[in-house]
Amino acid sequence: MEAQTMSPPVTVPPLELRTVPGAEGSAPEASPLIELEKFSFWYGEKQALFDIDLKVRERSVTAFIGPSGCGKSTLLRCLNRMNDLIDGVRQEGSLRVAGQDLYAADVDVVSVRKRLGMVFQKSNPFPKSIFENVVYGLRIQGERNKTVLRDACESALRGAALWDEVKDRLDESALALSGGQMQRLCIARALAVEPEVVLMDEPCSALDPIATAKIEELIFALKERFTIVIVTHNMQQAARVSDETGFFMLGKLVEFDRTDVIFTRPKEKMTEDYITGRFG
Amino acid sequence: MSASEGRPSLARKSGVFRSGEPFIWVTGSGLAVAVLMVFGLLWLVLANGLGFFWPADVHLFALEDGRALAGRVAARERIPDPDAAPGTPERWRIKVKQGNRDLTGEDFVWVDESAVRSRTTPADVVVLERREWGDFYGWVSEVRDGETLLASGREASWKKVVELLPRAREVHEEALRLEKGPIGAVNFEKEKLRLERKKLELEGAAAGSKRNGLDAEERALQAEYDRLFAALQEVRAGVKAVLVLETAGGLTKELPLSQVVRADRVNGMGRLAKAGRYAANVWAFVSEDPRESNTEGGVFPAIFGTVLMVLIMSVVVTPLGVLTAFYLREYAKQGPVVSAVRIAVNNLAGVPSIVYGVFGLGFFIYFVGGSIDRLFYPEALPAPTWGTGGILWASLTLSLLTVPVVIVSAEEGLAAIPRGMREASLALGATKFETMWRVVLPAVMPSILTGLILAMARAAGEVAPLMITGVVKLAPSLPVDGFAPFFHLDRKFMHLGFHIYDVGFQSPNVDAARPMVFTTTILLILIVVALNLTAIVIRGRLRRKLRSSGI
Repeated sequence: MEAQTMSPPVTVPPLELRTVPGAEGSAPEASPLIELEKFSFWYGEKQALFDIDLKVRERSVTAFIGPSGCGKSTLLRCLNRMNDLIDGVRQEGSLRVAGQDLYAADVDVVSVRKRLGMVFQKSNPFPKSIFENVVYGLRIQGERNKTVLRDACESALRGAALWDEVKDRLDESALALSGGQMQRLCIARALAVEPEVVLMDEPCSALDPIATAKIEELIFALKERFTIVIVTHNMQQAARVSDETGFFMLGKLVEFDRTDVIFTRPKEKMTEDYITGRFG
Repeated sequence: MSASEGRPSLARKSGVFRSGEPFIWVTGSGLAVAVLMVFGLLWLVLANGLGFFWPADVHLFALEDGRALAGRVAARERIPDPDAAPGTPERWRIKVKQGNRDLTGEDFVWVDESAVRSRTTPADVVVLERREWGDFYGWVSEVRDGETLLASGREASWKKVVELLPRAREVHEEALRLEKGPIGAVNFEKEKLRLERKKLELEGAAAGSKRNGLDAEERALQAEYDRLFAALQEVRAGVKAVLVLETAGGLTKELPLSQVVRADRVNGMGRLAKAGRYAANVWAFVSEDPRESNTEGGVFPAIFGTVLMVLIMSVVVTPLGVLTAFYLREYAKQGPVVSAVRIAVNNLAGVPSIVYGVFGLGFFIYFVGGSIDRLFYPEALPAPTWGTGGILWASLTLSLLTVPVVIVSAEEGLAAIPRGMREASLALGATKFETMWRVVLPAVMPSILTGLILAMARAAGEVAPLMITGVVKLAPSLPVDGFAPFFHLDRKFMHLGFHIYDVGFQSPNVDAARPMVFTTTILLILIVVALNLTAIVIRGRLRRKLRSSGI
C-alpha cells in the first residue's frame, strides 16, 4: 500500500508464473478478473458491441486495438459503467468482475468505479492543486486524516513516476504541468484510490514520443500491482506493453490472443491486414 | 512568358473590399464612437459636478441704478435679440447666486452686464453656510449675547465669529449625539412599550400586574426622557450668541450663531486654503445628512442605502440564480420544455423594470408583508410594519430583476466546463452531487461572479422599481443602527439614483440643486465602479487559482 510495496517486489514474477501455469499455451484461463460473455451494447437504436466474449487475467496488460469507431472505447467504458452517463443505452449478456455481475440491479455504480479506475484520452486534471488532484478520490471516500492523505499522495505519485518532478510544488495548480506530466498525474489520481483495475483510454494519443515512452514504462511497472486494460491506436504500443491483445472491428471482437501471437501469426486474415497496414 | 502560360497568376488580386481594409475602419469607428460617448458622458458629469465644491470668489456688483449686489457668478450667456440689426454689439447677462434666500426671496438673479457699473471682490465679504435658508453673503456687523454687545463693526465681529464658531459647532454636535443616542433609545423603548400595551389589549389580558408593570416602566421612561430633554436644552443654551447680518443691498437680519455651519471670508483665501475648503466640502457631502429638502448638506444616507441595497440584492440573487442554472443545465432533461424555460428567462431581462416594481409592490409588500403584519405585528396595525415599502422588499424586487443575468452567466459557465472534468470525478467514484460540489461549482465560480458583476451594475443604477418599493426622498433613520436587532430591513431608505431624480426634478430650488445632480451622479458611478472592482478582483484571484500560468 505504501511506497515500499509500490516498487516491484522480486517475488512477483515467479508468483505470477504459479498463478498462470503454462501461459505459453493458448490465452487466458484460470481465475480471470474480468469476464465477458455474449456482451452486447446499444446506444439507443444503434448497436455498438456484438456478442463480445473476453477474459482479462489479473495483473496483466490487455490491449484493445482496432480502427476508429470499432467499439473498443465503448467496451472500455462499459467496464466501469461510464456509459451509464449517456441517455438511452442498454446492454445484454454478462460482464463479471471478480465473479460479480457488473450490471446486476443491486450494483452500486459508485463502488464499481472505485474498483475500476480510469485514465482518459485527454488528460483532465481538476483545476486544483497537484495534491488536491491526487487525493480527490480519497476525499470523496471521506478520508480526512492529513497524514494518510499525504502518504497516499506520495505513494500514488511515486507509482505514476511523477513524484520527483513535482514533490516541491504539490500546492501549485495541476494545470501548470506539461501534457505528459498531466497524464501521469491523472494516472496517479486513479491509483490513489487503490483500484483493482486501471482502464486506460488511449492515454498517450495526445503526447509526444518521449512522454509516451514514460507512460509505457509506467504501465509496465504498474502491471505488478494492477490489472490494466488499455485502448490504443498505436499498434507498436500494444505490441510493446500488452500481454494480451484484442482486435475489434465494427463492434465485434475479431480476435483475442496473446500479444505475440496476434502480432506474429494472427489466425484471422482481417487482423493480419490491419496489423500490417494493408487495411482498406 | 512560356513558363507562366496557362497557370494561375500569383499576383495579388486587387479590390479594396476584398482586402478587408474597410472592415477594419468600420470596426474601428464603432469602437471610437463607443469610447467617445463614454468619455463625453464622464466629461459632462465631471465638468459640471466637480466645480460645485470649489469656494469661488464672491463679487460685489455696483449697479447703474445705485443698487448693490453680492454673490457668486453662476453662469453667463448672450442675451438673445432676434430683431437686432447686424453689427450691433452683443449683449451679455450673468446669473448671480445672491443667496440670502430668507431676505430676498430668490437665490439667483440675472444681471445685464451693461447695468453693472463696477465689479469688485472685497476681502471682507463673509460667506455663511447656514442650517436653514442656504448661504448668506454679506457682512456681520454685530455680535450680541442677549443684551450684551460682544463685538461691533465688521472686523471685530468677524474675529468674534471665528472665535465662537468652533464651540457652537461642538455644541450642535453634542446636541445631535444626545438626540440620536439616549433620546433616540428612550423613544425606541417607548414605542416598544406602546406596542406591548396594545398587544396586551388585543389579547384581552386582564389589567393585572403585567399592565401595572408596563405603567411603571413607562413612568420611568418618561422621567428619563424629561431628564434627557432638559439636558438637551441645557446643551443648546450653551450658544446664545446672535449675529447681526448686513447684506450688500442694505438689509439686516439677526441670526443665532447656532444656525451657522461654516463661515469664510472666501475672497481673502489663498489657493491652498481654498483647496482645503474644497476637500472639506467634498467630505461633508459624502458624510453628512441632507438639509433643506436635499438641496444642501450631504448624501450619506443615500450612499448607505444604495450600497446596502445592492449587497442584500447580491446575497439573494447569487444563490437563486446559481441554483436555477444548475437545475437547468445539470438535472433538467434537455428538451423543448427546458428550452422554453431558458428563452423565458432570457426574455425576463427585457421586461421593463417598473413592471418588476409593480410586482414587488403587489407580491412582496401587499401579500407577503401584509401577511407578516397580520400574523406577527397585529399590535401595530393599521400602521404597517412590513406591509409597506422597505429596503428588504426593494432588494428582493431587484433580485428578481437581475436574476436572469446571473442564470445566463452561470449556465454559460456550466456549459463551458469540459465533460472530461466531470468524467474524471465520476470515474474516481464521486456521485453526481459530489462532482458538482467539489469540481463543477469551484470551476464555474468566475462565471457566477461575472453574472453578479452585471447584476450589481444594473441594480445600483435602477430607480423606477424602487420608487414604489421603498425608496423615499428623506429617510429619518438608516436601516442599520445601534438598536437591537441592528438591521431594520423594514425601514424605508434613500438611494442615490432616486436622489438624482428628486434633487434635479422635484426640488423647489432647481437652480441651487442642479450641481448636486452631477455630484450625486459622480458618486453613484464611483460606487458602481467600486462594487464592480471588488467583484472583479475576487474573480481574478479565483481565475488565477483555477488556471495555470503555462497553458
